[in-house]
Amino acid sequence: MAERRVTVQSEAGLHARPAALFVQAATKAPMDVAVGRPDADPVNAKSILSVIGLDVRQGEEIVIIAEGDGADTALDELAATVAANGA
Amino acid sequence: MPDRLRGLGVSPGIGVGPVRAIAGAVPEPPAGQRHQGDAAAESGRARDALETVAADLEERGEKAGGEARDVLFAQAMMARDPGLAELAGQKIAEGTPAARAVHEAFGVFRDVLSGAGDHIAARVADLDDVRDRAVAVLLGVPMPGVPDSPEPFVLVARDLAPADTALLDPAKVVAFVTEEGGPTSHTAILARSMGVPAVVGCAGCTSLADGTVLLVDGASGEVRPDPAEEEVARARTGATARTAARTVTGPGTTGDGHAVPLLANIGGPQDVPAAIEHGAEGVGLFRTEFLFLDRTTAPGEDEQEAAYRAVLQAFPYVVVRTLDAGADKPLAFLPATADEPNPALGVRGLRMSRRHPEVLRTQLRALARAARALPVELRVMAPMVADAEEAAYFAEECRAAGLAHAGVMIEIPAAALRARDLAAAADFFSIGTNDLAQYAFAADRQVGTLSGAQDPWQPALLDLVALTAEGADGKACGVCGEAAGDPALACVLVGLGVTSLSMSPPALPAVRAAIRAHTTDQCRRAAVAARAAHGAAEARERARAELPGLAALGL
Repeated sequence: MAERRVTVQSEAGLHARPAALFVQAATKAPMDVAVGRPDADPVNAKSILSVIGLDVRQGEEIVIIAEGDGADTALDELAATVAANGA
Repeated sequence: MPDRLRGLGVSPGIGVGPVRAIAGAVPEPPAGQRHQGDAAAESGRARDALETVAADLEERGEKAGGEARDVLFAQAMMARDPGLAELAGQKIAEGTPAARAVHEAFGVFRDVLSGAGDHIAARVADLDDVRDRAVAVLLGVPMPGVPDSPEPFVLVARDLAPADTALLDPAKVVAFVTEEGGPTSHTAILARSMGVPAVVGCAGCTSLADGTVLLVDGASGEVRPDPAEEEVARARTGATARTAARTVTGPGTTGDGHAVPLLANIGGPQDVPAAIEHGAEGVGLFRTEFLFLDRTTAPGEDEQEAAYRAVLQAFPYVVVRTLDAGADKPLAFLPATADEPNPALGVRGLRMSRRHPEVLRTQLRALARAARALPVELRVMAPMVADAEEAAYFAEECRAAGLAHAGVMIEIPAAALRARDLAAAADFFSIGTNDLAQYAFAADRQVGTLSGAQDPWQPALLDLVALTAEGADGKACGVCGEAAGDPALACVLVGLGVTSLSMSPPALPAVRAAIRAHTTDQCRRAAVAARAAHGAAEARERARAELPGLAALGL
């Protein structure tokens, strides 16, 4: 199982357009992807409602988790989405 | 079907077209029922309904473009949410019918989102809209919201909210007919600014079947289902005759040469062409809410500056009203502080701005920047100012932003009564007759049955206008409410001492002709006569007797 820890850079947090872009990217991944705060249960990263429901603000750290072939590539791409400022 | 319906004509003209109704609320599917037993088929129905809604939202998003596109695309993603489909599937497997299962699945996510806080309140509203759409598909009832139609139509509704009309294509609507609302309701104001005929307070209109052809007379208030061809022709001839007299051009003056600038009320850069076309000398009311509606965060200074410049470069004189949020115009990023049982009397206008000074300051700075290097005289005013302290607060904020002319809207009776105090702190007044009437008569503008109190000929309202003009003490005192667009009343307002008139652009030509046809003395006599009356109808009649030029103009 692979994971990435990354700080949310966009002003809107993981809401609005950044959340939509993140979920779109996660949906493209061939395997299950989960996302959450470091110490809490993660949610399905392909579910826009679950992701918005996390209510992650700018500057917070999140963990993205995936397993299987291509997990590292998918995670790198997702981490880049979150780390992009103003995405 | 009734032979004819009658309401209040609030935007003149003749419109003919088929009824398209804005559907009412989608009913909640009842709890406790069970489906036939084929869970797989029922799950398929739920998935199909959600996909139908998603595809429809995406299509609307493509058409709308801009900000609306992002919102509609995000809603489409909600409809396609795998977590939502899974949850609905579980409930269906337990025997719950598809419509109820979908409703409950949305409910689970709704609880999560509403628990997260005020800043995603708008997302909860978006989610509710998606839920209503999906449930409507499953129950076979009409989808909520403004209908799609390939041909121009008469939009029929109980009442229209600003959110309903944000995506409205003006080329597609030939008339508005609503069951509720008065002369200053959103429907009436929107219709006049679009130049589309409208009838409000029209009992029974929502029971007309979709597709019924209506003849709508926005002057008389008559609505005729299935009209004969001759009837349509006759109605159109009459309307043309009424507009034939409006050929006077040039700046607004009375017959004896007293200048009364005639200005336009606009809601954004898209209204500039109509204002120019109807000969506006400037803008007397530039509403800025268009920049803020349907947003989760306030627009930045650069974005605001660009939008303001588009208007400021088109006219030599522009009066901008700062954000008027609250009451019937709630904004996601300026949530009401508490549950307000009476929002019109709550935190709105300048009161809201004082709670969020950073929003006001950004707007003022953007305005100052937009006007820089342009030959425009920019004036800025605050809505809902009650007393001299508030007027002084606003003037100080304007000065700090580098704005030279800071004024106030006079919409609260207390401000009109103590106009002299406010004049010491403000550079100019602009009277908003619609809200002033609402507050003076304790009668909600949105309640159709109280529309009589919105009649701007009420002598009490004329008294408040007179007090304000007198208290202005030589400073400019305009009127930017709907009263300014009534040709006879415009003459009376001039007679009361009002120095400029601002209105929906289509009303300008008739008002220009009416004041040109009378001297300042005649206007004063009409004002005295109207204030001597005991009611609105008598005031109108007495004033008209002093304004002989109106009849000759067919007004």
